[in-house]
Amino acid sequence: MASERFSPRRKSKTRRHTPEFFGRFDPLKEEMVCILAPDGTCNEALRPPLSDAQVQQMYRQMWLLRLYDRKAIALQRQGRFGTYAPMEGQEASLVASAHALAPQDWMVTSYRETGAMWLHGVPLKQLSLYWMGNEWGSHMPEGVRVLPISIPVGSHPLHAVGLAYASKYRGENSIAITYFGDGATSEGDVHEAMNLAGVFQVPCVFFCQNNQYAISVPRHLQTASRTIAQKALAYGFPGVLVDGNDIFAVYAVTREAVERARRGEGPSLIEAYTYRLGAHTTADDPTKYRDEAEVEAWRQRDPLVRVQRYLQQRGLWSEAWEQELLAACAAEVEQAMAEAEAVPPPPPQDMFRYLFAELTPPLREQEAALLASLQQRG
Amino acid sequence: MEKRTLVEALNEALRLEMAADERVILLGEDIGKEGGVFRVTEGLQERFGAARVMDTPIAESGLVGMAIGMAIAGLRPVVEIQFMGFLYPALDQIINHLGRMRNRSRGRFTCPVVIRVPYGGGIRPPEHHSESTEAMLVHTPGIQVVVPATPYDAKGLLISAIRSPDPVIFLEPKRIYRAVRQEIPDEPYTVPLGKARLVQEGNDVTVIAWGSMLHEVLQAAEQLAAEGITLDILDLRTLSPMDVPAIVASVEKTGRAVVVHEAPRTCGLGAEIVAQINEKALLALEAPVERVTGFDTVFPLPQLEKYYLPNAERIAQAVRRVLAF
Ligand SMILES: Cc1ncc(C[n+]2csc(CCOP(=O)(O)OP(=O)(O)O)c2C)c(N)n1
Repeated sequence: MASERFSPRRKSKTRRHTPEFFGRFDPLKEEMVCILAPDGTCNEALRPPLSDAQVQQMYRQMWLLRLYDRKAIALQRQGRFGTYAPMEGQEASLVASAHALAPQDWMVTSYRETGAMWLHGVPLKQLSLYWMGNEWGSHMPEGVRVLPISIPVGSHPLHAVGLAYASKYRGENSIAITYFGDGATSEGDVHEAMNLAGVFQVPCVFFCQNNQYAISVPRHLQTASRTIAQKALAYGFPGVLVDGNDIFAVYAVTREAVERARRGEGPSLIEAYTYRLGAHTTADDPTKYRDEAEVEAWRQRDPLVRVQRYLQQRGLWSEAWEQELLAACAAEVEQAMAEAEAVPPPPPQDMFRYLFAELTPPLREQEAALLASLQQRG
Repeated sequence: MEKRTLVEALNEALRLEMAADERVILLGEDIGKEGGVFRVTEGLQERFGAARVMDTPIAESGLVGMAIGMAIAGLRPVVEIQFMGFLYPALDQIINHLGRMRNRSRGRFTCPVVIRVPYGGGIRPPEHHSESTEAMLVHTPGIQVVVPATPYDAKGLLISAIRSPDPVIFLEPKRIYRAVRQEIPDEPYTVPLGKARLVQEGNDVTVIAWGSMLHEVLQAAEQLAAEGITLDILDLRTLSPMDVPAIVASVEKTGRAVVVHEAPRTCGLGAEIVAQINEKALLALEAPVERVTGFDTVFPLPQLEKYYLPNAERIAQAVRRVLAF
């Protein structure tokens, strides 16, 4: 039938891949993808094809993020860093998901995903500059497809939908991934983003880090749904719940989501079930709203310890290797921080120069008035 | 009488009004167990329960929209928005519904809703945590906009806001949340909406400010007093409806005026104040009215913040300029 031949909805000729995770693990039943258990044992049937060297590299990257976090908090206490949102406990979710991307893919994040941004090409120095209160921290290096950190909760997934639409429109091979928290799923914009992505079938991966809290508010006060992953079903695309502290599960699931998107099979939603071990930010005191016992229980599920156990069981770990790795990571962090601290604060003119392609007359006048006032003060 | 900070004064106002009127209900993100990110609602959930101090999902538009319904049904919702930069998702509800309901229904439905919003810069926070876009709200019909600058006014104005039959956006200068202490009465009292306060009397120049900028003006006044210059200082307290008679009376006395706000310059509230002075006190003027304001720029990250915010020095310079005119 002619109408069918010209229908844009015609199925693509490429073979539809059998789902490994999406559709097989039912979010409505709270079925969670788990591959690497807390004791370091691994479900070989589901284990993604990662070489030993790759796993070791991911372990190193997770450690680097943890050390970066610690350093950032220490500097903040000394007044050398601004308010900072730590990632501790969420390293597996960040590192493993970022590993599933190709360099041409777009990444759109909130403030707790600096680890993913780093893996996708944003230098640590750059990220530090941002947290130190310098706008140049958001000036992404040429070729790095990462948007600046988005602080207004839930506002940025829409941008990922737009980037993904542009990629589809141009027939490019890139997809967009967007990260947000469990709290963000309550914002209208996040629903609009998922709805738009479903309607226009864009290559977008929604990656929700359910770290159980939005500042003090526990996940169960955020939504009456059993899972966040199940929300995808209502928008007409698949969602999957994954153990966010399991690098293999996160990597495997994200890879499938990215590949689906790249093949033109549309958006998907991943709920990475994890836990924020630290404070919401350096301005927060978590003892106000959660028990130490709960935190302790989650420490037992520490994503780094899990990979360490796995490596040990495989004979891929030694004390000396780890010490060397930690020293190297610490040095890398120190250097990035030192480089960021060495950047002088921008001059006052910087405030006016980047609002428009060209400085407008009112801005020029205001800039001149400020400079005159500063000069008068001497 | 005890010395209290602005945060404590606000907490007390909420507690007293909740105890006196069971229609008063608080909604907001982290306001329950946490007591609010600035601790303004500390202890209130324990005292009044989770049905009256509601820890809500992160949904600013949702909170304001829901408060509209609650208010129409006879409750007195007080919404907390965490920072002014996060009020914006709710602007649709504020502009299209909150400010219009009484008028649209010709008084049949009303919205006695209070929206509390910490605002302004000066605390070196992350992006989007320093906004001061009060002019946008003043420009919205049907909304009252209130800004206390002292603990005494904070308590009295918040009680008035909660008791007001119409919506109030209550902007809290977070920079001075804990910076000023003042003795205030323990019992409930009100400070009328729509009335400015003459903070200090002087003869040479009228300076008009609100929120944390008032404290910069007071510092400038000290510097200038040493030079023999005295200021008539007006704290507007309510930005909408504005106390224009108080402005006119002062300008008629001094003949010179400076308006100070941290919000961007163009179409900031200073522009409206200058227009009012021109309309009502032009012949009293000895010099053009000066504005000391933020710039038409994005509020900068901490490293540039000090250049953005008006300070005592910039205010003193402006006062000297209008005197030298
Ligand atoms: C629109 C908006 N409302 C409120 C805030 C204040 N705020 C910052 S982080 C946060 C909690 C976010 O929780 P979640 O989305 O779960 O992410 P997490 O911080 O746990 O990573 C809130 C309410 C904000 N930044 N933006």
